[in-house]
Amino acid sequence: MGLLLLLAALDGLATAAQVFMVAVGLTLVFGVLKILNVAHGSLFAIGAYLASTLVGLLGVPWLSLLALVAAALAVGVVLGPLIERGLLARIYDKEHVLQLLVTFALFMILEDVQKLVWGVQPLFEDAPVRFLGRIEVGGIFYTSYQLLLLPGVALASLLALVWFLRRTLLGRTIVAVTHDREVAEAIGIDSRRVYLLTFTIGAALAAMGGALAAPTTSLVPGIGVQMIVLSFAVIATAGLGRIEGAAVTALLIGLGRSFAVYFAPELEVVIPYLLMVAVLLVRPAGLFGSTEVRRV
Amino acid sequence: MRRYLPVAAAVALLLLLAVLQPWLRFVLTIALSTGLAVLGIAMLLRAGQVSFGHALYVAAGAYAVAFARPHLGEGLLLLLLATLVGTLLGLLVGLFVARYRDIFFGMLNLAFSMVAWSLLEKLYGLTRGTDGIRVARPMLLGFALEGAAWEWALLLAALAAALLAGALVARYLASPAGSALGAIKTRETRLEFAGVSARRVLLQAYVVSAGLAGLGGAFVALATLHVTPLLAYWTHSGELVFVAILGGTGNVLGPFLGAVVFELVRVHAAASFPDAWQMILGLVLLAIILTAARGLVGLLDDLAARLGRRG
Repeated sequence: MGLLLLLAALDGLATAAQVFMVAVGLTLVFGVLKILNVAHGSLFAIGAYLASTLVGLLGVPWLSLLALVAAALAVGVVLGPLIERGLLARIYDKEHVLQLLVTFALFMILEDVQKLVWGVQPLFEDAPVRFLGRIEVGGIFYTSYQLLLLPGVALASLLALVWFLRRTLLGRTIVAVTHDREVAEAIGIDSRRVYLLTFTIGAALAAMGGALAAPTTSLVPGIGVQMIVLSFAVIATAGLGRIEGAAVTALLIGLGRSFAVYFAPELEVVIPYLLMVAVLLVRPAGLFGSTEVRRV
Repeated sequence: MRRYLPVAAAVALLLLLAVLQPWLRFVLTIALSTGLAVLGIAMLLRAGQVSFGHALYVAAGAYAVAFARPHLGEGLLLLLLATLVGTLLGLLVGLFVARYRDIFFGMLNLAFSMVAWSLLEKLYGLTRGTDGIRVARPMLLGFALEGAAWEWALLLAALAAALLAGALVARYLASPAGSALGAIKTRETRLEFAGVSARRVLLQAYVVSAGLAGLGGAFVALATLHVTPLLAYWTHSGELVFVAILGGTGNVLGPFLGAVVFELVRVHAAASFPDAWQMILGLVLLAIILTAARGLVGLLDDLAARLGRRG
């Protein structure tokens, strides 16, 4: 029983790490742009597919980890500015419902772009996982990739992001725009640049989440929507715009899900949402969200 | 009387199409059932809220028919039952989601529908997973119908349901409760100052929209005689939102007009580009939103206004 709990916890940690990478980008973009990017899930999926392709093309095991990072950066730097400048910049002053519809339309488009480029057959490429080898835990073999790399990268991303936002000038500029765009502009901050930068970082984080997930699973159409729904559950439970909160709830939901896999498999898909509904019923603004005067 | 002219013209055109092209009877039945679900979504759009998960209620209605069919032979009772199941599920979920607006409203609906989709796929013993459930053809008003007679009967039933639902929703939107719904979009605080509970107003509309989607789902089940989890998948919800925007939310004819055009185009286009269909929908959706167009109903209004000026 104790061993089973340990295994479930380790699995949950890996799941949480993957979900966190995507959720933190989603919540960061929302915090600054005040737009929930439904297409964030597609960036995750495209990152995953591109990473798989690059790893396959390179064929050199030790380069495969670099290929994952390269794929994430490529998606962030190419698609991020394209989407923000080309589409989102046109709708910042529109109603919420229209903003949602626009990112949803983008999601519909990107889901098919992904199908057109990579087809609908499952894609599997686990070179990075094989390269890192395995570790024994309680008589059971784990891949180092799942046990060390995933949680390590997630933790490093969290720390780096928090350091960037709280300690560097550029990061604090972003925070300033989040607090009050007009005042920030009055003191000379170019909010257009801040939006562009934030969205690019968010897109790269989503793609990094995808690139990290790619070697552990078969890529099929539909992984994007699963991920956007799950990461929305994470950031809604945490409170929209909360970065450390997203880490805590990702862990909560990741663990909840893996315990369900071990002890009540039929509930696996439901657990994250049960947690979310339970939290939102008690705290409508999320675990770490501040209750503000209703914005209407 | 002028008010009913567009409706009469639409009904006449629809019946004409069904007479001239027999294979269209099936397509038009599906279009009307889509229109029923979209009518509910259009109501919510009045309140400035968009649901990315209404396929949940379409699936609920369709599966209600599939599960009840072995015990119930009368089609009309199945339709009623499906509406009831959609309504009750809508009440259950609505009690939760009506507390939220905008992003939360849209995404929570998406989350619930995707959970339902996963469950429909996973609980094989109950739902037969992705294989879906075959539905035996029921009787209609006690008559066991076959072939063309069945197709006509179902089409006319769907048409009757659409007319009834359209009339009721039009009445509702013109009523004080309907005006309160619109006020959620424009200025919710004032609504609360006026002593009206915004949450209750939205919940009412949500429950009605879920019931309409359930009824639409029942017609889908009866027309295709087969239900699968795909009915609850997000792409289906996306299509419903698409049709709502395409048709235009200005009046209750919009959803049905949008649905008929959508299904007619889909018959040809979806087969030609199966992997680019969502992309085309997304591009058209973007075009409509970014140009602030009012959908097909808006186009017809402009056309009518121009003709009126000339004549």
